[in-house]
Amino acid sequence: MASTEGEVSAVLQSTEAAETNRERRNQMWAFGIVGFFALITIWSYAVDVRYVYLATYIWFGLVYGMALQYGRFCMASAFRDLFAVGVPRMTVGIIIALVLFSLVSAVVTGAGESTFHPIPYGYQNVIGGVIFGLGMVFAGGCASGSLYKSGEGTVASWIVILSLSFSQTWFASAGGWLNDLVPASWTASAAAKNLPAVLSPTNGWYNQYMAGYIWNLRATTVAELTHIKSRYLAAFVGNSLLNTIIPAVFILAVVYVIWYRKSHLKNIAKTGAKGWRAELRGYWSMISASRRTAIAGLVIGVAAGLHMWVTEGLRHVFGVLNAGELLQAMGHTSGLSIQNTVFDPGYWYITTQEAQWSGWLLHVLGVHDMRNIFYGLQNGLPNPLLNPPGWMSIAIILGSSVMARLSNEFRLKLPTLETAIWALLGGALMGIGARIGIGCNIGAFFIPVANGDPSGWLFGLGLGIGAYVCVQFYNWWINRQMAKEDIF
Amino acid sequence: MAVEFKKEAEGIYLLNVKGYVCPHPQLFTKKSLEKMKSGDILNLVFDNPSSAESIISMCEAEGNEIMERGKDDSGMRWRIKKA
Repeated sequence: MASTEGEVSAVLQSTEAAETNRERRNQMWAFGIVGFFALITIWSYAVDVRYVYLATYIWFGLVYGMALQYGRFCMASAFRDLFAVGVPRMTVGIIIALVLFSLVSAVVTGAGESTFHPIPYGYQNVIGGVIFGLGMVFAGGCASGSLYKSGEGTVASWIVILSLSFSQTWFASAGGWLNDLVPASWTASAAAKNLPAVLSPTNGWYNQYMAGYIWNLRATTVAELTHIKSRYLAAFVGNSLLNTIIPAVFILAVVYVIWYRKSHLKNIAKTGAKGWRAELRGYWSMISASRRTAIAGLVIGVAAGLHMWVTEGLRHVFGVLNAGELLQAMGHTSGLSIQNTVFDPGYWYITTQEAQWSGWLLHVLGVHDMRNIFYGLQNGLPNPLLNPPGWMSIAIILGSSVMARLSNEFRLKLPTLETAIWALLGGALMGIGARIGIGCNIGAFFIPVANGDPSGWLFGLGLGIGAYVCVQFYNWWINRQMAKEDIF
Repeated sequence: MAVEFKKEAEGIYLLNVKGYVCPHPQLFTKKSLEKMKSGDILNLVFDNPSSAESIISMCEAEGNEIMERGKDDSGMRWRIKKA
């Protein structure tokens, strides 16, 4: 008996020791990652002060990554979990982030320090959104969600990012049969713009889509439409109140009525509460249900606004409009576009910099070139070590890793073959949807909506439609799989 | 590796969705619980942390009780009692 007790306590002690070891190892990893970024920042600053521009992207990326992981903040979930399992948690989180971001953005815009440029609007916002929405539900996470999940050790999300990257590089330059889908009016309009022949403006679907269609469209913000003279007032009333807060309150009301009200009223039936007070209490309890999601939304909303401010401030300090000018001044001329620019949105963005990773790799291997509008004119193909928003994406992944390590949630998780196939398909659809919609759930939805650009809502509508269709497909697929088990 | 859903004993079921990411674990859990009777137990094995948040909210809304939330190196093992 005594020996059994002894054995049990020995096993318990060794389990505890293993647990403590793991915690210590995780903490070392977390500090190691932050230390790595600190070293890069200090070292690059010592080499040239202007690298602080790049470091800005890194540290904001780190904050985004940490907040995303902490709140399990995923926009695929915002749409999908509503339709699939009736859970409004993430929808609420996104709305909180949008409202806060719109308020911070209004201050930044009012101060004349915004880096935001509205996206041309048209039916393509919805179409891009639908394709992206299908993709994010197939992939199991949106563009930003896949980054934080990668940082948690989910290998399926690594596949999503690779697929998202390569599909964009392919789509941005592919001609062949895709040329047959180009309307003659696009080709004519692209030709009329007299672009340098090196960009092949009349060859390739995407080139002609950009030069022959997108550039002919209008882009605006509600602040501009209101014609209010005061910049602050226009930003607060037009961008924040009209384009973000009012639609947000309305969307939450719809979500409450369709997905939350029934279970809430059932839960409070015992207390005898009813009428408007009960409904308002329900609305509020839906909003405050997940503290973690709300905190993440708050951090992301504020950080995204500050990010614009800091980047614009640095542009003033260094007297540039784009990071490409800084890179050139520091002697890094390879991979710049013909305008001497690189992709440098000045705010949170995901997909383009990830496209550049595969674009750069294929360029180095000689498989791909920059003779197209996407890389050659707009975004360049800088070395990933000198790609400012590219570093932001890396920092988001590693920032998520830091949080996951600190809460002992980091685990390398291998996908099933089925999951890997969905990841490939979902990533590719997101890549193509992002190029058509000129951005992902962040660049074409979150950022524009909070900055008063109605095109963001069009993309969001598309996301909802795409997610809904994909959820119906998964419902059918999973029912079919469960029917095979046949245990009832 | 595929989804495993089986009856372990009378009123006790096992759902193993390891290797699956969102939305599969939460959808399989929802559908499994729908098929079960009130008072039945579901032993749920999964390794996608994000699904955990959705499953918690889903159970709260339906009144299903999560009796145990086990966690080890290979993932999560939860026991859910259907309301």
